Amino acid sequence: MLNSLSRRGAIAALISAMLLGVSGGSYAAGEKVIVVQSTTSTQNSGLYDYLLPKFKAATGITVRVVAVGTGQALKNAENGDGDVLIVHAKSSEEKFVADGFGLSRQNLMYNDFVVVGPSDDPTELSGSGTAVDAFTRASQGSAAFTSRGDNSGTHKKEMSIWKAAGIDPTTASGSWYRELGAGMGATLNTTALMGAYTLTDRATWISFKNKQNLGIVVQGDPSLFNQYGIIMVNPARHAHVKQELAQTFIDWMTGAEGQAAIAAYTLEGKQLFTPNAE
Amino acid sequence: MLEAFGLAFRLVVSFDPDLYEIIGLSLRVSLMALLCASLIGLPIGALVGFTRFPGRGIIIVFMNALMGMPPVVIGLLLYLMISRSGPLGALALLYTPTAMIIAQTLLILPIVAALTRQIIEDLHAEYDEQFRSLSVSRGFALVTLLADARYSLVTVVLAGFGRAIAEVGAVIIVGGNINHFTRVMTTAIALETSKGQLALAVALGIVLLVIALLVNVAAAVLRSAALRRAYV
Repeated sequence: MLNSLSRRGAIAALISAMLLGVSGGSYAAGEKVIVVQSTTSTQNSGLYDYLLPKFKAATGITVRVVAVGTGQALKNAENGDGDVLIVHAKSSEEKFVADGFGLSRQNLMYNDFVVVGPSDDPTELSGSGTAVDAFTRASQGSAAFTSRGDNSGTHKKEMSIWKAAGIDPTTASGSWYRELGAGMGATLNTTALMGAYTLTDRATWISFKNKQNLGIVVQGDPSLFNQYGIIMVNPARHAHVKQELAQTFIDWMTGAEGQAAIAAYTLEGKQLFTPNAE
Repeated sequence: MLEAFGLAFRLVVSFDPDLYEIIGLSLRVSLMALLCASLIGLPIGALVGFTRFPGRGIIIVFMNALMGMPPVVIGLLLYLMISRSGPLGALALLYTPTAMIIAQTLLILPIVAALTRQIIEDLHAEYDEQFRSLSVSRGFALVTLLADARYSLVTVVLAGFGRAIAEVGAVIIVGGNINHFTRVMTTAIALETSKGQLALAVALGIVLLVIALLVNVAAAVLRSAALRRAYV
């Protein structure tokens, strides 16, 4: 009897501990928290791990980052599931604001896209002068070209280059053109294994640890410019948006302190993002 | 692979606070989901297994089919419900551990209910004649079945726990994999894979496996202790 009582007591204690533990993990009263819907490159490159503690020290605001592809981040923000949006697809961002989902859009920082591929470069992309030229060659070579295929910022950029080249790669989907429907990191993992070519942002590329035989084959074309923007989710449409905290975050990121911190962030001795807020 | 094992060992013995935070949240979320799913699923399974009513066959097929529900679909459906634009948006559940518990509860509830139903039904078939000959009440019969099936039911619960702690599709959608808030073992593994940190990802996987092993060892120890008490 005593035994079963104490066992019941132990189970009850365990259950209450779990309940307490869970409620303890939720919102503490008065805690200042915002949610940022973000593209993945800024998280995977470690930028937020570097910036956000500085921001918290300056303002006491905790930033919770949900890092998904730009397409999904835009969709989530449309639904009001975030206070601030940091993505890299300027025309989609401007549409997001024009449709009333976001307040004004600001430039935050930039870097560039690069085309990576096997270091022996079987399709000889490295000789191409422009991104359009490189993509045209890729479409004629035997090596595969992998695409994010997930409506992300990088995918949108890739499609715009195909369009400029007058090529519709999706007609070759499954042969030399491989739509992976995956994030940048997962796409790079697959690309390395397939000995294929792909388009990636430079920040993810520098921070990526499984390059294997891959190397940069094309870079420096102005059309590979990669602009990141920052937008507050429109409080007029989603009343729960923490306007004041979100504005503090945006002001800090686009202000002297945040911009200097972005410029100061390096990985393997390389600067990953160049601040350019007005 | 060897590198991953070494890394896993170093991670655990270094008492890296980030790692222990992630392990703690994984256990909290999955154990809470298991508790909720058991509180709902065990009685439902037992009742369906013990009673006969019209439409029972359809319900059983339905319960069994739901065991195959992909986590990502659960995550999506729950997201649509608790998104700020969804019907339950005002509760502000999205991107919290609570949302992750709900997702995993929904995921393992069919497993707990369906397996419980099968076990109770089989045992009932076995005991039915005795129950009739002793003309025991239905309530007493059900209690007897549950008591005698308790070790099988522990296995059911462990199966539910295994499914919960191993899934990534649902919690990454409704939890958001937010550092220091909703990041659990599986979403951390997904993140490290996407960073190309394959050895670290595998190391985290090994740690997760060890945790699952420890939980099962604990269940086995409890069981043998209970058996010893029963036969003293």
